[in-house]
Amino acid sequence: MTQADSAVAAEAVNVDDDTLLQVNNLKMYFPVNSRGIIPRHVADVKAVDDISFFVRKGETLGVVGESGCGKTTVGRCIMQVYDITEGEVIFEGTDLAKLSPGRMRRMRRRLQMIFQDPYSSLNPRMTAGSIIGEPIRIHNMASGRGDYVDQVEELLRVVGLNPYMRDRYPHEFSGGQRQRIGIARALAVRPSLIICDEPVSALDVSIQAQVINLLEELQEQFDLTYIFIAHDLSVVRHISDRVAVMYLGKIVEIATREELYENPLHPYTRALMSAVPIPDPTVERQRERIVLTGDVPSPIRPPSGCRFHTRCPIAIDICNQEDPEFRDMGGDHWVACHRV
Amino acid sequence: MATETSQTKVLEIKDLVTRFYTTDGIVKAVDGVSYDVHAGEIVGVVGESGSGKSVTALSVMRLIPPPGGRIEAGEALLDGEDMLKMSEERVLEVRGAKIAMIFQEPMTSLNPVLTIGRQLTEALETHLGMSREQASNRAGDLLEMVGIPDGRNRLSDYPHQFSGGMRQRVMIAMGLSCEPRLLIADEPTTALDVTIQAQILELMQRLNEELGTAVIIITHNLGVVARYAHWINVMYAGKIVESGPAEKIFKDPRHPYTIGLLSSVPRLDEPRRAKLDPIEGMPPDLMNLPGGCSFRPRCPFAIDRCAEEYPPFELVDGTTDQHKACWVDVTQVSGAHAGSN
Repeated sequence: MTQADSAVAAEAVNVDDDTLLQVNNLKMYFPVNSRGIIPRHVADVKAVDDISFFVRKGETLGVVGESGCGKTTVGRCIMQVYDITEGEVIFEGTDLAKLSPGRMRRMRRRLQMIFQDPYSSLNPRMTAGSIIGEPIRIHNMASGRGDYVDQVEELLRVVGLNPYMRDRYPHEFSGGQRQRIGIARALAVRPSLIICDEPVSALDVSIQAQVINLLEELQEQFDLTYIFIAHDLSVVRHISDRVAVMYLGKIVEIATREELYENPLHPYTRALMSAVPIPDPTVERQRERIVLTGDVPSPIRPPSGCRFHTRCPIAIDICNQEDPEFRDMGGDHWVACHRV
Repeated sequence: MATETSQTKVLEIKDLVTRFYTTDGIVKAVDGVSYDVHAGEIVGVVGESGSGKSVTALSVMRLIPPPGGRIEAGEALLDGEDMLKMSEERVLEVRGAKIAMIFQEPMTSLNPVLTIGRQLTEALETHLGMSREQASNRAGDLLEMVGIPDGRNRLSDYPHQFSGGMRQRVMIAMGLSCEPRLLIADEPTTALDVTIQAQILELMQRLNEELGTAVIIITHNLGVVARYAHWINVMYAGKIVESGPAEKIFKDPRHPYTIGLLSSVPRLDEPRRAKLDPIEGMPPDLMNLPGGCSFRPRCPFAIDRCAEEYPPFELVDGTTDQHKACWVDVTQVSGAHAGSN
């Protein structure tokens, strides 16, 4: 996307009071240094390379893409886990990238994160109760010991666990229950935005649906806005209002759920969708599958022009020369492809 | 294999029981599992963590770690020869040559300090008695066969120089190097991205068709096997709870667990549902299984009898090849919805 385009896009959404988060021209480069006594900066991993999008209050924005596409980095950039290389992250009217660490810490009350691996994201030496209660203590959100205990017990109930479980340690819970603890911890500070980074992909299929239903119920109950990062397109379709598709650090397509799934325009989106297995042999055998050749190229040296051209089944000459513009196709549908 | 028909059994597992003795108690990982794999067939074994799907395969491969893990009963006939009664020496001869296994995590199953070439030629030299040069030629062919571009020139590379999808291709090349009768793939695509997943599955299907290798695909994702498997075994808490031809299992599942698995996942080809239908409750604790049917605590169809006796694994009424272990005829229960239909 060019500067001019995103400026237009930004203006268009800034008049919209419903926008909770606006990301403009976000870049996150991780330096690669040479080995040796005096390391030199030799290259950059362009994990996120100039992306812009917005999230409306109360909606769920799905972010899909394969490993290494930068979807997790986008989530972490929003949380200001990294010092972003360039760009703006405007949340409730404030550019988070410009906040001092102290102010950002207070701001984190408003945006929280849920992680993929419920085994490594909970401190094994803390009880469930103290894991959930920690953010309440840090942000001084309880008026006393009694209030603190009440809040923790209420949170356990809200995520479908039993209040008596607060004295148990993470290893005493199943994967699905641990993910519930992670959700309760995120809810503890009453945030408006929760970034869910692959929240169900480590769980058994039968448990995934439980957690997805819970996330949807909580969204309604607490007016939450979600950014739902995942690689499973069927799950993303289920939970999202709009979906962004990422490839090698760029957003290649963004649209409402219905638009994207019924009318995917980018060849990468199409290939991704055709690769999602459907649990029905009859449907599967009749389905045309676009099998992409090769692997995702290295984000240190992304291909010239359109980054997808090396794997694209419909690439033409212009594709390896010019980076396609991110174009508005109408009806909230944007795509970056020369062939559309 | 001119005389071989699709009725020839490559593998016959009979009443396999494998347990793990831990300080916390006995884990009944595999509890009386029987299934066959015929020549040229792709069998999908589906179940969630703790269902015993992988331990069954590891038992057949004789890879259950002592002293905690013990194969306590049963037979695993590979071309009629019982893997479970073989001497260690014979197991080493058979493993790799007649039966091979590939694992979920291609990073940890390759040796990081040996070249890809060496890891491939080792089996060829040991099992087929090839010379270094012959083996290295064949290794190059194998890499090209599994679709590694310029495979010959990559024999001197180390695993870290390959991407995840390429490493899984190398694993498949290793698995197939001695043209085994049976290839067991344990979650072969779980660690891979969907576009790479599709490549790997297409590759396994092609090799199954071209070389006639029988394949067992172990997975927790029903979708993965829908396109490729001829036969499906669904496992829960150490037992097979339903089995049959793939079409029947997906179209007309009769065990409540299979039905639950199919209806709990959102499907891209169907209209979006307002709410998903999860299987309630938690995966079973293998140290502490409930009496009667293990699925009873999570089963929406359970009746009193389910708590008393484990149901027999029997032919589903009106079919000749679909079996289930369930007291309830789900088609007779009002409000029952058969799977995803």
